[in-house]
Amino acid sequence: MKKLIKEFLKGIIKENPTFVLALGLCPTLAVSVSVRNGIGMGIAAGFVLLGSNVIIAMIKNIVPERIRIPCYIVVIATFVTIAELMLKAYSPVLNRALGIYVPLIVVNCIILGRAEAYASKNSVINSLFDALGMGLGFTLALILISGIREILGSGKLFGYTIMGGVEPALLFIMPSGALLVIGLLLGLFNLFKKDRA
Amino acid sequence: MKDKLKVSAAPHLHKKGESVSKIMWMVVLSLIPAGAAGVFIFGLNALRVIILGVVSAVVTEALLQLFTKNKITILDGSAVITGLLLAYNLPADVPFWLPIIGSFFSIAIAKQVFGGLGQNIFNPALAGRVFLMASWPKYMTTFSAPFSYDAVTSATPLALLKEGKILEHISYWNLFLGKRGGCIGEVCILALLAGAAFLLLKGYISWHIPGSYILTVGLFTYIFGPRGFFSGDWLFHVLSGGLILGAFFMATDYVTSPLTRRGHIVFGLGCGLLTAVIRLWGGYPEGVSYAILMMNAATPLIDRYTKTRIYGTKFSNP
Repeated sequence: MKKLIKEFLKGIIKENPTFVLALGLCPTLAVSVSVRNGIGMGIAAGFVLLGSNVIIAMIKNIVPERIRIPCYIVVIATFVTIAELMLKAYSPVLNRALGIYVPLIVVNCIILGRAEAYASKNSVINSLFDALGMGLGFTLALILISGIREILGSGKLFGYTIMGGVEPALLFIMPSGALLVIGLLLGLFNLFKKDRA
Repeated sequence: MKDKLKVSAAPHLHKKGESVSKIMWMVVLSLIPAGAAGVFIFGLNALRVIILGVVSAVVTEALLQLFTKNKITILDGSAVITGLLLAYNLPADVPFWLPIIGSFFSIAIAKQVFGGLGQNIFNPALAGRVFLMASWPKYMTTFSAPFSYDAVTSATPLALLKEGKILEHISYWNLFLGKRGGCIGEVCILALLAGAAFLLLKGYISWHIPGSYILTVGLFTYIFGPRGFFSGDWLFHVLSGGLILGAFFMATDYVTSPLTRRGHIVFGLGCGLLTAVIRLWGGYPEGVSYAILMMNAATPLIDRYTKTRIYGTKFSNP
């Protein structure tokens, strides 16, 4: 049990997919304009990661080595399709806001990365906790980035104005603002890791 | 003995009595006439912007170096130059917080994050200006009219040109003296040239970057004129916008420009081409800051291809 909790927790800080592994940066850059989008993206990707990690851990012994990547992609694409249809049915607004980045979860490198690096070598239960941790780590990173960008770039949080009277810096809701915020957060993360080591 | 063999990055100074900080203060000195002209033309609001820009740049540098437990180097003058150049690139009637935030961005993000003086990839003042331009375009493009000393606004000649207006009421002489709308430090060409002449005579900058830069802009805008080839108003393009300020004082920044003479020429050529392309066909009326920043990014590449040959050896491909 202790080991499972460790597998779960490592995705949040120690091996955070965004700030430590630097995976899945493209959706992070693109959708982190507002916290709502960030949470939606995090949950959608987390759901796909959970499903694909569990299934891939199950089939890892029957998939031939040479065609494993196409097989993984088929599994991932199935879950992405489920996620997209669910979003369209229950949250069309969010689906419109995320746009093309929902189908693009298929090529999100966190998901294929975990499938290749973890799920194809570990048991189903371990993969489940790995996926939960990584999904949560990704979501938290997205909330952090999109929170900073939404506050600085539009003066709002969750769509509610919190900085009345202050003119927000438009740069932060542009792509260059995303790169700036992610770069600075990566630097801060490394700083704290260096201090602890 | 060991202490005498100091390994340091370029520029290597060999003259007696010269130091990075002395050169920095000389550049500050050479910028004073343009600032004085700006204050004379736009009134005391311009002075307020300049003071706010310089003070907040120096304070930011001191606080960051205190916070990161580094040696405090605010007296070397580099932060003063950054604040000064940033303020020169702002309109005179901006709200008081704009130069403060701009200076903070210039020093904190564009300079200290990279490791301080000598390590930054991009010219800090221009990075700050572009940040402000992207964030608060409304304030950055509202220019006050010269000699009105109040809230009368006026577009810059380049902005008028972009809108397709005819520019007959602005004479070259007025452009040269600075009687036009624009940023504080860019309008008075006469004062800028005086400062630039001082730097050139003292040998702190060479003519290669500004020369090739201004020549390229002039040539390009002359060739691609509004009424077919070779009909452009090149003198207007050279005298308006921030070209003179950018070419002499910002493109020549030691840290962010190439090291060799040949590299300087390539750098100036690239700046000139980009400026002219942005002015003639781009979305913005003025492109000096973007052009210099883009060429800053290309500087390591230029340095790679313009390495000096070691005496007695053949050129080797990088």
